[in-house]
Amino acid sequence: MTDTSYLDGNMLDGPLRELFAVDLSTAAGRCEHCRMLGPLAGLRVYPHAPGLVGRCPNCAEVMLRLVRSPGHAWLDLRGATFLRVPMPPEHPYPGPL
Amino acid sequence: MTAPLRWRVARLCERRVETPTAHTLVLEAPGWPGHLPGQHVDVRLTASDGYQAARSYSLAGPAEADRITLTVQRVPDGEVSPYLIDVYAEGDPVEVRGPVGGWFVWRPEETAPVLLVAGGSGVVPLMAMVRARRAAGSRVPFRLLYSVRTPADVFYADELRRRVRDDLGLDVAYVYTREAPQDWRGEPHRIGLADVNSHGWPPELEPLCYVCGPTGFVETVADLLVGLGHQSRRVKTERFGPTG
Ligand SMILES: Cc1cc2nc3c(=O)[nH]c(=O)nc-3n(C[C@H](O)[C@H](O)[C@H](O)COP(=O)(O)OP(=O)(O)OC[C@H]3O[C@@H](n4cnc5c(N)ncnc54)[C@H](O)[C@@H]3O)c2cc1C
Ligand SMILES: [Zn+2]
Repeated sequence: MTDTSYLDGNMLDGPLRELFAVDLSTAAGRCEHCRMLGPLAGLRVYPHAPGLVGRCPNCAEVMLRLVRSPGHAWLDLRGATFLRVPMPPEHPYPGPL
Repeated sequence: MTAPLRWRVARLCERRVETPTAHTLVLEAPGWPGHLPGQHVDVRLTASDGYQAARSYSLAGPAEADRITLTVQRVPDGEVSPYLIDVYAEGDPVEVRGPVGGWFVWRPEETAPVLLVAGGSGVVPLMAMVRARRAAGSRVPFRLLYSVRTPADVFYADELRRRVRDDLGLDVAYVYTREAPQDWRGEPHRIGLADVNSHGWPPELEPLCYVCGPTGFVETVADLLVGLGHQSRRVKTERFGPTG
């Protein structure tokens, strides 16, 4: 493989923290295409596509795409089945009232 | 970890020349929340016409009194790094956002042996780990394998020499790709299996491996480590961008 135009998912932390309060680089995500579960930090990020494109390190399908315009952020997560985000125990999942 | 992330204004307070193409910048960042070794900041420049450019830079050491340290290598015809090296002057503002990156970090509570493999400016976050190890009084054995073009390209050369002498349990080995010092055994070459094998830890010791540098370098070394039997989840990587 000679394509070295990508970075690690680790660099998504800053841009994603414009949208979310937590550090998503330690979150895990499941690839919709090949089912692999891995840390977002392990994604291959192509920063020169329009916006940031995060590809699965296993099958190279797009899992995440983040595009910023002056007034909006578009986060396309269609290639990810779910994200699993570590949360401190003092914020339990809210139960029914 | 869950504090909102905002851009803050930092100012240059000290500049140290590391090599002809790399400078260490000490920034005054009031209210800096602290960070772990291996984390980075995003640095943003704004031109007078409003045009903005942001790049990531690793934190080179622990924060001291609202000061953070970066080491920037000039990428010829780059947009941000030549500005930071050649133009950015004492007292000038830049915006920084961080710390960011919670994955490529080493925690001083860790007890596993550590292998650090650096290519060029990739030594920066690894040096933060070496410095944090010392600051925490950790006895965890550390090995740093550092690939550089020539002896003149070594960042933190004096400090590394001193630490190998004073920080017990720290080893540093170099790989030269273009020009080696007289007393170095072998011919200049790109890092390969023999280097990683002889200067790394055997996989049975279950070391934590941190690999940082240009994307192609990281790719090569991470593949070698996994090929030697290291578990891929114990091989953490930080890619800095295209192979220079
Ligand atoms: C998480 C992270 C941490 C980083 N930490 C550091 C650090 O501690 N010190 C440091 O000096 N850099 C670091 N980098 C690289 C840094 O973010 C910039 O990519 C680099 O300074 C070049 O930016 P530029 O604006 O000068 O060049 P650009 O204008 O972005 O690029 C100009 C040309 O150089 C090429 N190029 C881009 N980046 C690099 C590169 N890193 N090496 C070689 N060619 C390149 C481009 O393809 C382009 O052709 C880090 C990158 C990441 C993702
Ligand atoms: Zn996949």
